[in-house]
Amino acid sequence: MKLGTKIIHNGHEIDPYTKGLSTPIYQVSTFAQESLDHFGRYDYSRSGNPTREALEETIAQLENGTRGFAFASGMAAISSALLLFSPGDHLVVCEDVYGGTFRVLTSLFSRLGIEATFVDTTDLANIRGAFRSDTKGLFLETPSNPLLKITDLAGAVELARERGIITLVDNTFMTPYFQRPLDLGCDIVLHSGTKFLNGHSDVICGFAVVSDADLAKRIMFIQNAFGAILGPQDSWLVLRGLKTLKVRMEESQSGAIAVADWLSRQERVIEVLYPGLAHHPGHDIHAKQSSGSGAVLSFKLESLALTRRVLEGVRMAAFAVSLGGVESIISYPARMSHAAMPPQERDARGVTDTLVRLSVGLEDAEDLIADLDKVIN
Amino acid sequence: MNISTQAVQIGLDWETRTGAVTVPIYQTATFRHPGLGQSTGYDYTRSGNPTRQALEDGIARLDGGTRGFAYASGMAAIANLLLLFKRGDHLIVTEDLYGGTYRLFEKVFSQYDLSFTYVDTSDVEAVRSAIRPESRALFVESLTNPLLKVADIASLATLCRDLGLLCIVDNTFLTPYLLRPLDLGADITVYSATKYLSGHNDTLAGLVVVKDAILAETVYFNQNSVGAVLGPQDSWLTIRGMKTLSVRLDRQQENARRIAEWLQSHGQVRKIYYPGLPDHPGHDLLKEQARGFGAMIAFEVNDQSLVERLLMKTKVISFAESLGGVESLITFPEGQTHADIEPEIRIRLGINNVLLRLSVGIEDADDLIADLAQAFE
Repeated sequence: MKLGTKIIHNGHEIDPYTKGLSTPIYQVSTFAQESLDHFGRYDYSRSGNPTREALEETIAQLENGTRGFAFASGMAAISSALLLFSPGDHLVVCEDVYGGTFRVLTSLFSRLGIEATFVDTTDLANIRGAFRSDTKGLFLETPSNPLLKITDLAGAVELARERGIITLVDNTFMTPYFQRPLDLGCDIVLHSGTKFLNGHSDVICGFAVVSDADLAKRIMFIQNAFGAILGPQDSWLVLRGLKTLKVRMEESQSGAIAVADWLSRQERVIEVLYPGLAHHPGHDIHAKQSSGSGAVLSFKLESLALTRRVLEGVRMAAFAVSLGGVESIISYPARMSHAAMPPQERDARGVTDTLVRLSVGLEDAEDLIADLDKVIN
Repeated sequence: MNISTQAVQIGLDWETRTGAVTVPIYQTATFRHPGLGQSTGYDYTRSGNPTRQALEDGIARLDGGTRGFAYASGMAAIANLLLLFKRGDHLIVTEDLYGGTYRLFEKVFSQYDLSFTYVDTSDVEAVRSAIRPESRALFVESLTNPLLKVADIASLATLCRDLGLLCIVDNTFLTPYLLRPLDLGADITVYSATKYLSGHNDTLAGLVVVKDAILAETVYFNQNSVGAVLGPQDSWLTIRGMKTLSVRLDRQQENARRIAEWLQSHGQVRKIYYPGLPDHPGHDLLKEQARGFGAMIAFEVNDQSLVERLLMKTKVISFAESLGGVESLITFPEGQTHADIEPEIRIRLGINNVLLRLSVGIEDADDLIADLAQAFE
């Protein structure tokens, strides 16, 4: 079955009791039991809820994993996955990782005795060089946020595997529609489901997906013990959002390609970062491991004054944090997604104060370009 | 203002544009910025959402604290509080603790070199003698689960203040309607709002209230970083539930008193734990510090065979985990809520194979008593 069909037909498209064409919202905390010795499949919604489970099984299928887990936010998913590690464990992390991930690693997990080294993972030699005898995890984003840097997943996994290191990939920008890291040997896929998976800028949620049965067991334990789960209403909204994943990703991507091409031709735009551009560093690697270039692009403008004019002047794209919605969203990484990173760390990574990130939505590309034309030129 | 009035007022003054008397459900992930460096006060729902904030402000007011925080579950709330501590810190904890909290402490956080000593917190001297140089906090259930031991919050809070310990009170069984730990000197209250606060067995939620403004900043930092937040729909449902907190609890307590008296005179009940009974060891203390005794009852039956009979044969009362809702629920702590506690500890505490826990709902007391009577036969 093609992925586009699997999005709609995955065993959860019809309610088994009523044959309704949508999963019911089980807004319930607890489930009555029929036997003292054998509890039913559900006992308490933190441990398992049918609506959340439908969503978890759907995301697991789309990522070609065996188990999916839904959390209250992308950060809750990432934090829960990081609880797999113990004091004394060391992690290697891509350097322009999402600011929220950077923050939780450097201010909370560091206190629990988990150390992280940030390196430019576009060069596999840097990953190899950063591995130590106590390294237990490799945390990657490809394309990264907001610089759209590409990491060779299969190459990175090979390095990690032979040392028994777990590879975690934040697949938020691509979604399984374009990229399936588990197929490339990665161990854990993480998502801010808030973005393209839900796709409507209306729900905060996160996912972890695995194939390995032992990892699945450990994450399930953490999800239940730590309790940072996604509620049933939100789970249902994400199931609803997911149904249009294919059409949204295709349409947003074609808009992004058109906008990236146009931006590349503008004098006041110093640089355009988008994996779909032939000259984008890592373009070939990305083409090998993904079936699309996605709908997020970043660009650097000639001056701070112009940057301000663009952010405040665009009408089509909402000036806001987040991305991946039906609405185009323009944001300013230095003060938004990466505000949690100290300024010198940001500059060193290339997240400068003239960098703008654009998440292309479902508006007509011509309207978006006309809007940008007005503020840039 | 009286608590029952405050509870009804939650969110009432929020919407000035339309005059709606309930807070709108802001099912949004992100908020548009008016300009560069400007914010409406809301940027991204993980960091702050108006619906969730109405709930957070509401519980802070009910508890007389500075700031409230809402989480995806009670366990997520407690887990977030544990992130206040660092490696080597020691906590003193109520011994007959909810099994989920025990699991979180022992199976998740102990690996980060946090250590826990479990004592009978209804005995202030037992708490005092458990304090060590590295002790940082006392985590106490105001009314314990399932044995309904009463903690002297005023004395414990004084002890904590004298020795520089944080006094954290899990006030789930009493709620601010019956007990306000912050008024008695505690620093933090935490709730599984799934229970009485939401009160309908339909929403999972956790709440925290902090008294000190600086400590509240740290709790906020952790809430935003880890991202285990409560979604807007569930926030709204919790607010909705809280509006009937006082009427539900009044009725539940009245029902509980009648059932406890009936059980007391039943030949097949050998022991009963209900603080509303004058011979309960915590009765006088609750009379002094609280405005009620709650609606949880634990009791031992004469014979193990009666356990299964009661669980299976009750019709009005459902056999299910959880508690505090409008529906009455009966559970078997040894096999359900406290299954994660080691058997020898359970036995020492009195959580044995003839102990049942009853969460009394708002049904008519006569029907509940008749239901129990027919199940005993």
